[in-house]
Amino acid sequence: MLAFQIIVILFCLYAAFRVWQKIRSRSLGSRWGAFWLAFWLGVGATVALPWTTSLLAARLGVTRGVDLVIYVSVIVLFYLVFRLTLKIEKLESNITKLVREIALSSSEEKTKNQEPNSRPQV
Amino acid sequence: MMLAIVIPAYNEAKMIAEVVKEVLAATPHVFVIDDGSSDDTAGSAAHAGATVMRHVINRGQGAALRTGLEAAIRAGAEIIVTFDADGQMSAADIPALTAPIAAGLCDVVLGSRFLAAEVAGLPRVRRWTLKAALAFTRATTGLKLTDTHNGLRAFSHVAAAKLNLHCDRMAHASEILEEISRLGLRYREVPVTIKYTDYSLAKGQKLTGAFRIIKDLVLSSWIKN
Repeated sequence: MLAFQIIVILFCLYAAFRVWQKIRSRSLGSRWGAFWLAFWLGVGATVALPWTTSLLAARLGVTRGVDLVIYVSVIVLFYLVFRLTLKIEKLESNITKLVREIALSSSEEKTKNQEPNSRPQV
Repeated sequence: MMLAIVIPAYNEAKMIAEVVKEVLAATPHVFVIDDGSSDDTAGSAAHAGATVMRHVINRGQGAALRTGLEAAIRAGAEIIVTFDADGQMSAADIPALTAPIAAGLCDVVLGSRFLAAEVAGLPRVRRWTLKAALAFTRATTGLKLTDTHNGLRAFSHVAAAKLNLHCDRMAHASEILEEISRLGLRYREVPVTIKYTDYSLAKGQKLTGAFRIIKDLVLSSWIKN
C-alpha cells in the first residue's frame, strides 16, 4: 500500500469518526449524518481497494476507474453546491423575517410610548 | 378611504425629507422603511413627518417594501401606494393611481412611464434593459404591460395582503407582476412621470443587476416550491 493511500484512509477514518461524534451529540441530523458517514467510508474503501472502481466503471461503460470517480465527484459536488445555495437563500429569507418583525414591533412600541405623552395635560 | 404611502429607503438622507413632504400632501399616513442606512435617513424622514420603521441591517428594497406593506395593512390602510425615495417620482400621479381602486374597478394599478408622452432623460442602455425586462415579464406572466420595474404602484389592501413575496432585492418588482398574474388580480396601467436626475440615475439599477434579478427569481421560485 502506498503512503498516499495510508494518509487518505487515515483522514477518511478521522472524518467518519467526527461525523459519528456529531450524530451522537445531535448536532448533525441522522439523514445527513448517514450520508456523510457513507461518503467518507466510501472514499476510504475506494482508496484502499482502487481496483473496485475499475470493475464498476467497466459495468457502467466508463473506460477507467479513475474517470468514474471524477464523474461521480463532480456530480456530488454540484449537488452539494445546489443544496447549500438553497439553504443559504432560506437562511437569508429567515433573517429578513426577523429583521421585519423587529422593525414592526419597535415601531409599534414607539407609537404606544408616544400616545400617552401626546394627550393634552389636564 | 385610508390611503397609505410606503417608501423603502436606503441611504437617502439627502432626498427623503423632500419626498416625504411632497407625498404628505396626498395623505398623512406615510411609512418610510429605513433599510439599514448608514446615514440619517430615518431621522430626516421622521422629522419630515413620516412614520419610520428601521431594518437593523440592510435587507434590500424588496424586503423593505414588504415591511412597509405589512405596516400599512396593520395600520388599517385600504389603499397602499409604493413610492421611491430618490425623488424621481411625482406625488401628482398618486390620485390617478388610487382612483380606479377606490372606484372598485381593479385591485392593482401600475404606473407606466412609457404611457406618458415623453420619457425625458432616460439613458438608452436603461431603455433597452427595460424593454428586454418587459419582454421577459410578458412571456413569463402573460400580463399585457407597457412598463416593468416601475416602483410607483397602488394596491387595494386585500390585494396587498394576498401577495406572496420572497425576493428581498430588486427582483421583487418582477415577483409582484408574477403574483398579480398567479392570483388573477384585476390590474390596469396609468401614465406616470419619472424624473431622471443625476442623483436618481446614480442610485438606480445597473445593467448587471438584470442578471442578479434573474438569479433571485429562479432561487425564490425554488424556495416557494
